[in-house]
Amino acid sequence: MMILSMDTSTYVLGTAIGTNSEIVAEWTTYKKENHSLRLMPGIDEVMNQANLEMKNLTGIVVTTGPGSYTGVRIGVATAKAMASSLGISLYEISSLELLAQNGKYTNTVICPFIDARRGQVYAGLYEANDGDASQMREDELVLMSDLLKELATLDRNVLFLSLDLENHKEQIQEVLGERAIFGGATDNRTKPSEMIHLASKKDAATNVDKVVPRYLQLAEAEKNIQKESRDDG
Amino acid sequence: MLTPTILAIETSCDETAAAIVRGGKEILSNQVASQIAIHEQFGGVVPEVASRHHVENMTTVIKHALAEANLTYDDVDAVAVTEGPGLVGALLVGVNTAKAVAYAHNLPLLPVHHIAGHIHAANLVDTIEYPAMALVVSGGHTSLVYMETEGSYDVIGETRDDAVGEAYDKVARTIGLPYPGGPHIDRLAREAEPTINFPRSWLEEDTYDFSFSGLKSSVLNYVHNQKQRGEDIHEEDIAASFQASIVEVLVERAARAVLSYDTKQLIVTGGVAANQAIRSAMKDKMERIGVQLIIPPLSLCTDNAAMIGAAAFVEWKKKNVADLKLNGVPNLPLTTHVR
Ligand SMILES: [Zn+2]
Repeated sequence: MMILSMDTSTYVLGTAIGTNSEIVAEWTTYKKENHSLRLMPGIDEVMNQANLEMKNLTGIVVTTGPGSYTGVRIGVATAKAMASSLGISLYEISSLELLAQNGKYTNTVICPFIDARRGQVYAGLYEANDGDASQMREDELVLMSDLLKELATLDRNVLFLSLDLENHKEQIQEVLGERAIFGGATDNRTKPSEMIHLASKKDAATNVDKVVPRYLQLAEAEKNIQKESRDDG
Repeated sequence: MLTPTILAIETSCDETAAAIVRGGKEILSNQVASQIAIHEQFGGVVPEVASRHHVENMTTVIKHALAEANLTYDDVDAVAVTEGPGLVGALLVGVNTAKAVAYAHNLPLLPVHHIAGHIHAANLVDTIEYPAMALVVSGGHTSLVYMETEGSYDVIGETRDDAVGEAYDKVARTIGLPYPGGPHIDRLAREAEPTINFPRSWLEEDTYDFSFSGLKSSVLNYVHNQKQRGEDIHEEDIAASFQASIVEVLVERAARAVLSYDTKQLIVTGGVAANQAIRSAMKDKMERIGVQLIIPPLSLCTDNAAMIGAAAFVEWKKKNVADLKLNGVPNLPLTTHVR
């Protein structure tokens, strides 16, 4: 099982190669530059480091969102094209599930999130479970204020993991006080090598060509059309 | 290799397309997943929606293209893709797919300019002879391109405001026709005579540029005034009169360009080249001045990947191979550059 991973859901872009038991190469960049310029050179870098060719791969694992629409599309388009054209497995991972793994040895609730503007966040709730952070419920697009209200009813500490932590810290502390714990610089970004481990525990997509990003919301124009038809009806 | 087999990908606007073309001339397959029905409900192309559908459909369309040609990747010599211009989010899907496929199968990646693609559709039905002139008319473009030799592009005239297809869509909306408006106006125009005197935008005497916003406003004003006076609006009269203005300007520009540049051919291409009135007026004029006219059939005039495969053959001969950093460029200029 030689798997290539790629994550383009936030500005931190990463790719890694390896098996469940051994990571062979990993490459991450924090440069805020177009993913389209960096992803393939990054993949080429890990392939060269691992001294492997594409035909040696048995699978590709990609984060399918939530996150930056453009970023996710670049990752999903690349991963689908490779898996589909090589006829190998494709594994889909939530970008929030991946981020949650950075808290997999804590006994808190783990709340990875990505800012989605206008007070909203893409957020998930996870908890440590036998060495993995497993999902407590579906990832969702939610108002941070609503999410915090809900978390306040839980009688547990919550570990927040996010590249966008600074913009939300104050609000979180206001509601949760001492029960809020915050990830540090290395905890708040995803680790592409972790994806290989996650993929080894998942079923591959049954139809590679049908894989789509998780946007968690309709495009603006689609929302408007829906609203119009509701108003008419 | 003289006749490479090229897998071409095109996603610059709302069509997800893949094709296989041999030697820049022979179409082995040509697949297009059209999104027209989806964007119709929005009254135009919505970029975010287009990008979403490209990601969803891209690899399926490529598979269909290979299957239709009865080929595998072992038979493919290069991958070509539209680098620009177009919608940035849409271009990105095609570009990243093409890079991934080329990398996975160790194939050279050929970047193609969308307009060069439209022009080289001519090679799929005939043979371009240089020097040649091309008039590219679509929802996004109105350009006159002079080509002294193969692979050289000199844009001698462009629209200064709306693309001709854009003017068609706006006028169509004004008189209550559905999107895309071009074919509806063309059909209605055949039922009437051009009785309303809409302006012709000639601009300066020696320019090859175009301007359609004045014409569009004039149609909008006319409709508005008729309504205010409580008079009936005859859509077919408006369609015929609007189209007459467009056709007259396009024919004048194209004819003057082929004569002063002394070209052997005129190629008329792009989505609007499907228009019957434009086709027949161009045919009459070019016959009279003795210049060969090539207008590809409708399926090769609208956005497709076969045209990208045809244009990619020129890049293949120039050895214009892109690296792994290739990006979609929404406002890519049409030049004769080699990277
Ligand atoms: Zn076009």
